[in-house]
Amino acid sequence: MQTEESLKKRAEAALQKEAAYGEKFDLDEYAIAPKETKYTDNLKELDEKSQRTLLNVGVIPSGEGRGGSLVMVDNAISHSSVSDKEIELMPLHFAMQKHDWLKDYSWNLVPVDADKYTATSYLENANGYFIRAPKGVKTKLPIQTCLLMGSKDVSQTVHNIVIVEENARLDVITGCSTGSDVDKAMHLGISEMYVKKGGTLNFTMIHNWAEQIGVRPRTVIHLEEGATFINNYVTLKAVKSIQSYPTAHLTGKGAFARFNTIAVGHPGSELDLGSRVIFDAPNTKAELVSRTITTGGTVIARGEMIGNEVQSKGHLECHGLVLNNKGTQRAIPILEANVDDIELTHEAAVGRIAREQVEYLMARGLSEEEAVGMIVRGFLDVGISGIPDELQKDIDETIAQIGKSAM
Amino acid sequence: MLEVKDLTVEVGGKELLKNVNLKVEKGYTNVILGPNGAGKSALLMTLMGFSGYKIVSGQILFKGEDITHMSIDERATRGIGIMTQRPPNMTGVKLKNLVKLIAGDRDMEHTAESLDMMRFMERDINVGFSGGEIKRSELLQLAAQRPCIYLFDEPESGVDLMSIDIIGNTINNLVHGDTCPGDRKGHGKSALIITHTGQILDYIEADRAYVLCNGTIMCEGNPREMLQEIKENGYEECITCKLKKA
Repeated sequence: MQTEESLKKRAEAALQKEAAYGEKFDLDEYAIAPKETKYTDNLKELDEKSQRTLLNVGVIPSGEGRGGSLVMVDNAISHSSVSDKEIELMPLHFAMQKHDWLKDYSWNLVPVDADKYTATSYLENANGYFIRAPKGVKTKLPIQTCLLMGSKDVSQTVHNIVIVEENARLDVITGCSTGSDVDKAMHLGISEMYVKKGGTLNFTMIHNWAEQIGVRPRTVIHLEEGATFINNYVTLKAVKSIQSYPTAHLTGKGAFARFNTIAVGHPGSELDLGSRVIFDAPNTKAELVSRTITTGGTVIARGEMIGNEVQSKGHLECHGLVLNNKGTQRAIPILEANVDDIELTHEAAVGRIAREQVEYLMARGLSEEEAVGMIVRGFLDVGISGIPDELQKDIDETIAQIGKSAM
Repeated sequence: MLEVKDLTVEVGGKELLKNVNLKVEKGYTNVILGPNGAGKSALLMTLMGFSGYKIVSGQILFKGEDITHMSIDERATRGIGIMTQRPPNMTGVKLKNLVKLIAGDRDMEHTAESLDMMRFMERDINVGFSGGEIKRSELLQLAAQRPCIYLFDEPESGVDLMSIDIIGNTINNLVHGDTCPGDRKGHGKSALIITHTGQILDYIEADRAYVLCNGTIMCEGNPREMLQEIKENGYEECITCKLKKA
């Protein structure tokens, strides 16, 4: 067991440790985000602009169709409510006080000294959400959480823990966004997720940052026997830099992980998005699907599968569209097999939209812009469910803009 | 309806069509016969305006308007519809969504059922479709589009026996509908059909045939007579005949 003392030491030693990938940010340029904020009992009472901000990242202010809601502004929890009484949803700090056993889950998957971002988050005693689906409980409605950046020139530090107990099922939608007057800030987000025997976690994250925001999520998922983890990651708006490489450990027989990544790199954005699966038990499976578009930014789609146990099967698919001459797409698939009876495959393709596809639709009477829009929409559609109408509208508008920029 | 005047077309710097002249009047169904590599497909692709088909000289008139340099969608919205031989895989574009977009308010379910395409509506267009399924999907889209003139490139090729009936009858329905032969000319829709085997003529009455060899129209005449002639003597005879005339 790791003591607080030893964790602190390790974190302090890693405060200058750069991350393996992505643009280097100097955290000294950012103050620690405020730890206090106005608490809101009812998200419907927020002003219209704030409600729209929530809606645009898939968070419904009325809570309708959701099993619970938690909102974090800067480094403070501004709202937490749960209508599905079988599910535990609360601020992590509160949960740590409530459950003594939770300390065994905290900083257990993500090392405090992975890089300076994890180290800073640990030393700042980052708060976040704690969600737990008890044994056998299957949620009907997703839990929604929102991580909002409310102040400028600060770094937000977040630490989330999600636990799906045996044979339970949990759906989570997390939206991350920025207040309208925040141009420059950092978001550091630690997420540790546990899916126990036979459990299912369906996790959708929608990012909606601003042009000068740096984003460094650090996520590790631990799956036991027969567990399923589905991850949907969507980022369609401009951002300065996102670098993330969530890792799923398949530690029990028959565990399955799927990562869907949908991203658009705008001019000035660098998106370094990966997903990694480690097959540490027999008969485990994974699918990594990445669909990315650049309209002028740099998009790096990484995918890594490390096969350590027999009869495992994984497929990695990186497709990248380049819509003009200013953008860059880089696909970096890595496959590693350490046993013989294993099947890991990948397909990667980067390039522009095929002219014949555009012309095919034009021959049906669509304008060039409509044709590109339709192809882009289809390209990005990997079948994510539970997206509210407002967000879908916002996605459609973004896609229409992308269609125009491809002309 | 459609008039092609002295059309010369290059693809990749190579001349594929040379001084082609042909006409499809209102209500007429004309066919193009010709050996492989004669330029039949290139002609249809050029009429639709696809890129890569460079018009060196000549003119295309549609309903009296010069469309020689119009974009594909401008031609489509003016009433030209095409079924190409090998449409691209449209990954991510669901048949249902495209048909709905083209059809607007009209309900296409009945047509989809008659073409046995209902179970393909949620599929990505052409991805994993068989030859017959591609043709049926194209016909569904054309039915939604309702052009004034249909351009069909070998609608019977690569099609299983089960599909050929559906495809042939649908084409006849789309083009001629229930117009009686006497009324058809001057009123109904028009079509220009490329056929290699002539099999499609079992389903649709055609008015005029053109023979295209080496990028040039060799002659025109009664479709059945010409098809019979070609079946007996092959296309060499057309070329010899043309030389004699010259």
